Amino acid sequence: MTTTSISLITPGVWLVLGALLLPAVPRRFRAVMLIGLPVMTLWLVWTLPNGASPVLQVLDYELVPVNSDALGRLFGIIFALMAVGGGIFALRQKSTLELVAATIYAGGAVCVALAGDLITLFVFWEIMAIASTTVLISSKEQRAVRAGMRYFMVHIFGGSLLLAGIVVHLVNTGSLAIEGLDAGTLGGGLILAGVLLNAAAPPLSAWLADAYPEASYSGMVTLSAFTTKAAVYVLIRAFPGTEILIFVGLFMIFYGIIYALLENDMRRILAYSIVNQVGFMVTGAGIGTEMALNGAAAHAFTHIIYKALLLMSAGSVLYQTGKRKCTDLGGLFQSMPITMICGVIGALSISSFPWTSGFVSKSMISQAAADEHLMMTWFLLMAASAGVFLHAGIKFPWFVFFQKDSGLRPPDPPWHMRAAMILFASLCITLGVWPEPLYALLPNPVEYVPYTVPHVVNMLQLLLFSGLAFFLMLPLMKRSLTITLDVDWFYRKLGPWAADRAVEFVTAAYRRVEAEGRLRLEGILALLSRYAGPHSVAARTPESSFMVLFVVALLCLLLFLPILVW
Amino acid sequence: MAAQETKHWLVRPRTIRLLWIGFSVVLAALVLADTFVHGHPSFGLEGTFGFYAWYGLATCVAMVIVAKLLGMWLKRPDTHYDDDID
Repeated sequence: MTTTSISLITPGVWLVLGALLLPAVPRRFRAVMLIGLPVMTLWLVWTLPNGASPVLQVLDYELVPVNSDALGRLFGIIFALMAVGGGIFALRQKSTLELVAATIYAGGAVCVALAGDLITLFVFWEIMAIASTTVLISSKEQRAVRAGMRYFMVHIFGGSLLLAGIVVHLVNTGSLAIEGLDAGTLGGGLILAGVLLNAAAPPLSAWLADAYPEASYSGMVTLSAFTTKAAVYVLIRAFPGTEILIFVGLFMIFYGIIYALLENDMRRILAYSIVNQVGFMVTGAGIGTEMALNGAAAHAFTHIIYKALLLMSAGSVLYQTGKRKCTDLGGLFQSMPITMICGVIGALSISSFPWTSGFVSKSMISQAAADEHLMMTWFLLMAASAGVFLHAGIKFPWFVFFQKDSGLRPPDPPWHMRAAMILFASLCITLGVWPEPLYALLPNPVEYVPYTVPHVVNMLQLLLFSGLAFFLMLPLMKRSLTITLDVDWFYRKLGPWAADRAVEFVTAAYRRVEAEGRLRLEGILALLSRYAGPHSVAARTPESSFMVLFVVALLCLLLFLPILVW
Repeated sequence: MAAQETKHWLVRPRTIRLLWIGFSVVLAALVLADTFVHGHPSFGLEGTFGFYAWYGLATCVAMVIVAKLLGMWLKRPDTHYDDDID
């Protein structure tokens, strides 16, 4: 490790500090900050050389605020790039609080990607948790605030697991390095659990689809990018080749598909599909070969762009119509052509259609599975690739922009929202046809060639026949005004119900004890009142003649007592 | 008829029929391409004729059916959680 030219100040901090100045900046200069800060951060990360910053001594710990290598830079770059696109899209956002929080959130993510030790990582991890909760609740709608509180509690729990893991790991090994953690040790296992929670892995995947869709039209674009992908980054860095991740990832993939297929709310469809896509990355981290890790990292990069694009498209529809449910939407292609085209490009990219960005990244993960002869994994990944086209690639654009005509004719959104969509749509296509710049950024050398005739033909077969299945099965996919119960049912319904029952039980028990106690107390009081009460012997007022007699008798007794004793 | 003509050209039945024909031709061409294009199948089943086509179709049908069955058990009206909002 060299400590040459890298400053102690990690680039993401500029976003965090800059964001705090945002409320003081007049509204018309806000755009300069919202776009300028991330662009500056992007440049700082891009030009960061390999190596570590000087060590920062805090108490007994040696912290390394910046440790720059290809993997960290790749995530830092995409987080900063996302902040640029998100900033352009959100220029008209009225809530200053959301803009401040979103910028801090992005800054925290950049800092996580470059953190050189577990404590620095944890600090920025928690800054991300607080900032993302603030993005959620800044819409001030009651649903969002409620969802934000649930989200915050889940993430506080995840943060506690992470912190406990770091402490145990530090005590046992004395090391704060992020690399090469062992999931089999108590410390490593706790860290893994905390990180997986943020990746929306089971059993608590439900926090994502519960919370994100309640954010504002621009809030969800921001939220989709950072938390889950920062978790993927830590998995790639700290737990490559941990076998359990393959199973966790495959579960997430199919969970995302099945729940998205059942969903009616366009942004909840896309939320479930985040879990699905992160599942591919988690599987890649679990396979753990150079190719698989490259695939997972590249897929995180392309995913952030096309998922943000899809959510910008959905956000534009929400902004223009105020509607989120597929049952209320349809036919919008007629009046929102740019939103539709950008949405379709995002949908094709998420489906890994040839000549879009998803194609050049996801196929590295399945190729790695084939290279390692992981047959079941490979077949499941192929089925999942078809399923992505089904649940996100066609379902989202079909029900929002086509299907029945809802009669809605809203125009495309304001210019900056269109600009953000066009920027990200161009990136999806550019990376798809020209993947070399992305491959050059990957942590391991790339020998993979995505565009071979058989690969393209195979993928087109897979995807188009998946499309055929969609239209053949359309009657089975008719939208209804329903949601699908998920694990959040346990803490939204069962938990409160059980708490209510517990309160009732305790109240009833208390009443019983109170009633019984009252009875006993009354018995004791009656007894006391008989012997010491106002009508008892002790309380009577004796006559004075009796008292004189009593005193004389007592004096006589005292007089004769010594004689008697003698 | 007049209503038909005012519809956007893309959603007229004639266009949709044409789209289906075009889609079928592309699907058929892709499957036939398997006779000329030979990749390097990693697993035995992958080498079967039109593997990606039938596998994509079959798994998607399966996923829709599984979702449907799960939905019967776990679907609730979308107002299910509304009573936790005062």
